Amino acid sequence: MSAAGLPILATLVTLLLALGVAAATAGPRLATLGTAVLCALGAAIDLLYLAGGATPQTLSLPIGLPGQSAALALDGISGFFALLLLLAGTAASAAAMEDHDPAPTAPALPVFLAAMLFTLLAADAVALVSGFELMSLASFILVLTHHRDAPVRAAGLLYYGMAAIGGLCLIVALALLSGPGIGFAAMRAAPPDGWRGACVLLFVVIGAGSKAGLAPLHLWLPPAHAAAPSPVSALMSGAMTKVALYVMVRILFDLCGPAQPLWWGLPLLAMGLASAIIGALRANLETDIKAILACSTIENVGLITIGLGLALAARAADLPALAALALGAAMLHILAHGLFKAMLFLSAGSILHATGTRRLSRLGGLITAMPFTAAGLLLGAACLAGLPPGAGFAGEWMLFQSVIAAVRLGGLGLQIIVCVLAAGLALATALAASAAVRLVGVALLGRPRSPEAAAAHESGPPTRWAILLLGTIVALIGLIPGAVLGLAEPALRLLGNAALSERAGLLGITPHDHGAGYAPLGIALLILLATLLILAVQRAWAVAGHRVGPAWDCGFGAPPAWLPHGDPLTQYGGLSFSQPLRRVLGPALLFATQRVDMPDPGDTRPASFSARIHDPAEVLLFAPIGHLRARLSAFADRLQFLTVRQTLSVIFTALVAFLGAIALLEQL
Amino acid sequence: MSALASLLALLLHTALTLAAAPLLTGLVRRIKARMTGRTGPPLLQPWRDLARLLRKQPVVAEGTSWLFRAAPAASLAATLAACALVPSFALGMITADSADLLVLAGLLALSRAITALAAMDTGTAFGGIGASREMTFATVAEPALILVIFTLALMAGTTNLDAIAGLVGSGALGLRVSMALAFAALGAVAVAETGRVPIDNPATHLELTMVHEAMVLEYSGRHLAMIELAAALRLLLWLSLIAVIFTPFGLATATGATLLWVPAILVWLAKIAILGTVLAGYETSRAKMRVFRVPEFLGMALLLGLLAAIFLFVSQGFAQGSH
Repeated sequence: MSAAGLPILATLVTLLLALGVAAATAGPRLATLGTAVLCALGAAIDLLYLAGGATPQTLSLPIGLPGQSAALALDGISGFFALLLLLAGTAASAAAMEDHDPAPTAPALPVFLAAMLFTLLAADAVALVSGFELMSLASFILVLTHHRDAPVRAAGLLYYGMAAIGGLCLIVALALLSGPGIGFAAMRAAPPDGWRGACVLLFVVIGAGSKAGLAPLHLWLPPAHAAAPSPVSALMSGAMTKVALYVMVRILFDLCGPAQPLWWGLPLLAMGLASAIIGALRANLETDIKAILACSTIENVGLITIGLGLALAARAADLPALAALALGAAMLHILAHGLFKAMLFLSAGSILHATGTRRLSRLGGLITAMPFTAAGLLLGAACLAGLPPGAGFAGEWMLFQSVIAAVRLGGLGLQIIVCVLAAGLALATALAASAAVRLVGVALLGRPRSPEAAAAHESGPPTRWAILLLGTIVALIGLIPGAVLGLAEPALRLLGNAALSERAGLLGITPHDHGAGYAPLGIALLILLATLLILAVQRAWAVAGHRVGPAWDCGFGAPPAWLPHGDPLTQYGGLSFSQPLRRVLGPALLFATQRVDMPDPGDTRPASFSARIHDPAEVLLFAPIGHLRARLSAFADRLQFLTVRQTLSVIFTALVAFLGAIALLEQL
Repeated sequence: MSALASLLALLLHTALTLAAAPLLTGLVRRIKARMTGRTGPPLLQPWRDLARLLRKQPVVAEGTSWLFRAAPAASLAATLAACALVPSFALGMITADSADLLVLAGLLALSRAITALAAMDTGTAFGGIGASREMTFATVAEPALILVIFTLALMAGTTNLDAIAGLVGSGALGLRVSMALAFAALGAVAVAETGRVPIDNPATHLELTMVHEAMVLEYSGRHLAMIELAAALRLLLWLSLIAVIFTPFGLATATGATLLWVPAILVWLAKIAILGTVLAGYETSRAKMRVFRVPEFLGMALLLGLLAAIFLFVSQGFAQGSH
């Protein structure tokens, strides 16, 4: 069965594309069901393939450039990423069946999945770029589903621009690599060195990093994820950013070969840390639930990239054990984050469906009306916060262990970098915990802040099944991270030439030779025993039952009859919850400014307060580029209004310069 | 046999911890009262309070969900699980292999997150303000804590608490500047995490600057008893943690002679009593800080942690593995 992995997955790509066509012509709902079934089937095949040792397979298709065939391949790396993609795809397309009135963009969903799978299976430059670009195009169409809203169009435009730049850089990187041929095998045979290698690194980091959401190229994520329909956001955040990371891993680790210098890890570390901190802080300050989740994706992509950067540096320094640990952390977090973030987006979609709003300031008290969604959001938030024994903690634990071990990489300078990395990681995870508490506390708990939230209802069976599926897998990953590392084993062997199998078992992960480590099952058992003890004591000695009364609230009165849930403003909301963090970290990291206009006593004009944050990438990178573009276009604009004589002389000068350039190039 | 002994040690440790935690709170309160010229409540008062609260039926605020009612037990369970990881009188308990400092920080964060969520569930301004400040303080305290763990892990080669304590106790690490800096940083973090003066005041909630007490304002009866026990356990846990890392002498081993447990327990109690007295003295000598001074206080802890790590790099010449 596992021997037929690649042909079956390749057929799956074709079938998904066919379903896209079918969805455009025939029943969209049936097509969505078909997508879910195909993804589930593919996930099962892929799981068997990975468990069976993941022997590399290749396939040559008679399509592609004239005279060339498209090469496909399946190995441990692409198999591992495909597992995440297909699992998330199953859940997302199952949840998409909830949509009673499918949008005209619905056919793009199976195409999007097919493109991502094709990118993972590609084994030559043309196939990889085609898959990557089709993925960008399909997701761009999906983002524009609600294109009648101006913010959606703006988000789509930003996304399109970033995707175009990213795609261009990726093509340049692959062109630099493909000297002897465009096949991956040929590229591996001639790894780049010197300036060519540095250029490849630069273009891959921009090309794949912009798609993955690495700072400073992360600006498109929050608006695009908020604009897209929720199953699409789930796929973009859970799977697409990981496909971008796959491209990064494939090129930097596999195609560029192991003989790259140690400093290759440093850009990844710097961008990863910046993403982790900025993403986690912004997740505390956004007021749109899907934008919060998107910012947290930026953070988690940052954490994964730190793992990859450490692995790259460790491999260059010939420390295979460290490389395996860091890669294992990255792989574990890739799968865990992909799935729990997909679950969070589906839960957020369920909230959006029930209340018609994504704004925190209109939510509250949903936990009683939407128990299923609330359970999904709670579990996901626990993973997001990195709480043991959740799925988020295991990866972060391993990542921190590899950061500690990374002091062996080099001299004092590198050690201080590692030290800063440790503190930054801690800050990012603590910020993520605060963001998770804020999200759950404001959206699900407390009093409803709007009539819509008070009248919320639970989603239908498709979404609930999707959340249940993802929730079960996420809980299992949290309790048995060793199983995931077992599935990642072939990938670790290919990438780092090292294994974790003797370090990670079903009971836990032990990074060192002695028996100590992280044993999630043991921790879960400990918590369970403590709970049982508490319940036994409570049963034996405490008075049973409880009474319900108005909240004490230090003597504040009950709400009036005409305002059954009280004034929403008397309750802490999203903005007030994060006010201390905005004040402490905002000015330094996000250019936060606030303006308080407090009238003097006797003055009857209203007091006002406004707070603004600016992402540093926006201020430091995009705003200058925007200014430059505006100035260039203003300059070019002048050319339109020249007199005939001036126009002729401009054309003549340009022609002479062009011919001169050609003559100069001939000489070289 | 050794597994049985290490299980027995864990059970005894848990029983002792549960018994001693309210007494420690009573001791600190009494010393603080004496230092400020009052008589203070008897040592057993926290225990009496717990017994009294258990006899009262809790009143649950209107509009709260199941999470509000489940939170005290869940938060206490997470704290208790964390307590089972920090050795008191003996190393090598059955939990020793899982006694990882990062897991410990994670369990405390779990307990904190549950309490903060329960506070948000009340839908009152007090709950919100408490939760918001608690999470902010945790955000600034976490990097300092992690840097201390980082420093200890560099010295001992592992983040396992049992192994670190064993190594420090064996004298293999010697006396180091880094240890002193890490001690100061960990002390500051402990003050923040246990909600003591000058970060927070455990004795009142009727001021807008309160954090932990504002979060648990709506609790009563057995729920409040669990919250108070969890707070007492957290204080004991932090003092035990500091004791076992920085003064790991007089410790028994779970697999060794059982007779040695008795003096080890007495030594542990003495260490906790001394640390409790120091804490009471520190609290009495300080005034509560403004909320926005707290990040500066914890920023100092972060700096100390960073210095501890850098001193270690410089003194030890950690560059042996470099290429």
